[in-house]
Amino acid sequence: MLEIRIHGRGGQGNVVAAYLLAAAVVDAGLYGQAFPAFGAERRGAPVAAFVRVARDTVRRRCQIDRPHIVVVQDPTLLKSPATLAGLEEGGCVLVNSARAEAIPAPAGYGARWASLPATRIAEETVGRPMPNSALLGALLALTGLCPLAALEQALEERFPPDTAARNKRAVRAAAERVPEHAWRRVVDARGL
Amino acid sequence: MRAAFEGSQAIARAVARCRPQVVAAYPITPQTHIVEGIAKLVADGEADCEVVSVESEFAAASVVLGAAVAGSRAYTATASQGVLLMAEVLYNIAGMRVPLVLTCANRAVSAPINIWNDHQDAMAVRDAGWIQLFCTDNQEAVDTTIQAFRITQETELPVMVCVDGFILTHLFEPVDLPSQEQIDMFLPPYRFSRTLDPRRPLTLGTLVGPEHYTEVRAQLHGDLEAAAEAILKADADWADLVGRRAGGLIKSDGPHTARIGVLTLGSVYGTLQEAARELVPDTPLRLMALRCFRPFPAEALRAAVDGLTDLVVLERAIGPGMGGILATEVRAALAGLRDAPRVHGAVAGLGGRDIPLDILPRLLALADAAEPVRCSVIDLQKTPPARLGADR
Repeated sequence: MLEIRIHGRGGQGNVVAAYLLAAAVVDAGLYGQAFPAFGAERRGAPVAAFVRVARDTVRRRCQIDRPHIVVVQDPTLLKSPATLAGLEEGGCVLVNSARAEAIPAPAGYGARWASLPATRIAEETVGRPMPNSALLGALLALTGLCPLAALEQALEERFPPDTAARNKRAVRAAAERVPEHAWRRVVDARGL
Repeated sequence: MRAAFEGSQAIARAVARCRPQVVAAYPITPQTHIVEGIAKLVADGEADCEVVSVESEFAAASVVLGAAVAGSRAYTATASQGVLLMAEVLYNIAGMRVPLVLTCANRAVSAPINIWNDHQDAMAVRDAGWIQLFCTDNQEAVDTTIQAFRITQETELPVMVCVDGFILTHLFEPVDLPSQEQIDMFLPPYRFSRTLDPRRPLTLGTLVGPEHYTEVRAQLHGDLEAAAEAILKADADWADLVGRRAGGLIKSDGPHTARIGVLTLGSVYGTLQEAARELVPDTPLRLMALRCFRPFPAEALRAAVDGLTDLVVLERAIGPGMGGILATEVRAALAGLRDAPRVHGAVAGLGGRDIPLDILPRLLALADAAEPVRCSVIDLQKTPPARLGADR
C-alpha cells in the first residue's frame, strides 16, 4: 500500500486532487481511497487530503501520519513542520514552485525532491491558478503509478468537456517537465 | 456497477434508485453532499421525485412524515444539531409507526461546536423508537440504505442509517452500486397500511389516555424488538440477490479460540481489522461491529461473545455522568449470562479525533486490568488543554 498526503490551502482543490488521483488508479485497476483531513475548511487555511493506493481493498480509515509521498500545492506551507512531518525514510516530495522555476531540494533529498511551477502551468493551460491537475500529471510521470490516460479519464468523468480538456493540457505539460519514472522504485517497493 | 464514488454520492444514487417520491432535507455538514447529490440527480432528470426545500430540520422531518402517511416513499438526511432539532418529530414518526428512511451522517453535538464525526447525535435519539443501523464502510452504507426502505415498509418502523460523517461520507473509494433492476427486484412499490385518504378518514397520533398509553408504548417496544427478524431477512435476501451481506445484526471477524474481543460501531471496525493484522498478528482476537443498535440484539451479542474472557467496547460517544453508552448497554445485555466476559469501556474519536491503528494495543491493555475498566477515554491527550476560563 502506498500512502500519499497532499498539502495545500483551502480553495486550491486539494480534496478534488485526492479524489482525481484515487479515481485514476481505480480506472487503472487498482484500489484507491481518498479523503480530506478533518480540520478547518476555510479558503486559504492550510488543509490536507489523503490518498491510499493498493492492489486490494484498504479498510483502515485513519489519517496518514507516515506518507511515502507528500505533494505540496503551496510552497509557503514548507515553512510549517506539519507539511513534511512523518515522511517515510526514502519518501518523496513534489512541490509546486508557484511561478518560480523551481524550489531547490533541501540537503539530503536529492532526486527524492521534485519541483515545478504548477501554478504557472495552470494559468497557461487551465486559465486559472489551480495547480492541482498539473501536480497530478507530474506525480504520475514521476511514479508511473498509473497511465496519464487514467487521470485524463478521471478528469473527463468529473468535469464538463471544456474544463476537462484544459486540465488535460495541464497534466501533459507538467508530465513533460519531470524525469519520467524517477520515483518508480517507491511505487515498486509498495507492491504496486 | 463497481465504480469509485464519494460516499455521499454513492448514497445519493442508492436513494434515487429506491424511487423515493418525496425527499425533504435541510443542509448540515457532513450530510450536505447527500441531499445535494439527490437534488442534482432529480434536476438532471435521472430521478423522479419531489425535492422539498425546507427552513429547518424540524420541517424536513415533518414534511417526510406527512409525505409518508399520504402514501409516498420518503427520505431525509441530517446530522448533529439537525438530529436534535428533529427529535420531537422523530418520536412522533416512530410513535405513529410511519415508514421512513433517514441517513444520519454522524457528527458531534454542540457545545463546543464541532462539525466532525462521532456518534453522539444518533445516541441522543436512541430511545425515539427508530431502528438504528450502523455502517462500517460505504458498500454497507449503500446496501443498508436500500435494505432500510424494505425494512421500514415491512415493519412500519422508521429506519435511521448511521454513516460516519466525513470518514465515510467524504471517503472516495470503489463501491458496487446495485443496478435499478436489482433494486426494483428487491424493493416492492411503497405501500402504507394506514395511508391518509379523505374517503376513509382516520387519525394518526391522537390523544391516548392512561387507559391505553402503556399498551401503545409496550407494543412499540415489542415490535421494535421483533424487527430484528425483518432486518436479518432483508440482509439475507439482499445477499441472495447481490452476493454480499451488509452485516446482519452484528458481524464478527477472528478465530473462535480468541479470548479477547473488541466490539464497536461504524467505520473504525476496518481500522481495527488492519491493526489486528499488522500490529498484533499473533494475538487471537475477535473483532465485532454492532450493525443493529436499535433494536439492541442482546441474544445475538450473547452468542457473539461466546468463549471470550474480556470484551473491550470502543465507542465514539459518551454519556456524561455515566460513561460509555454502548458499554452500558452491552453490560446490561450480558448480565446474568454464564461465563460472561468482563466488559471494559473505552471512548475514543470524539469530535473527529483520528483513531489510528495503534488504538488497538491500547484497547487490549484494558483487558489486562485487574478489575474491569468502567469507562476510559482512551485517546485523551496527556497534556490537556487549559481548563476553560481558568486564566480569568
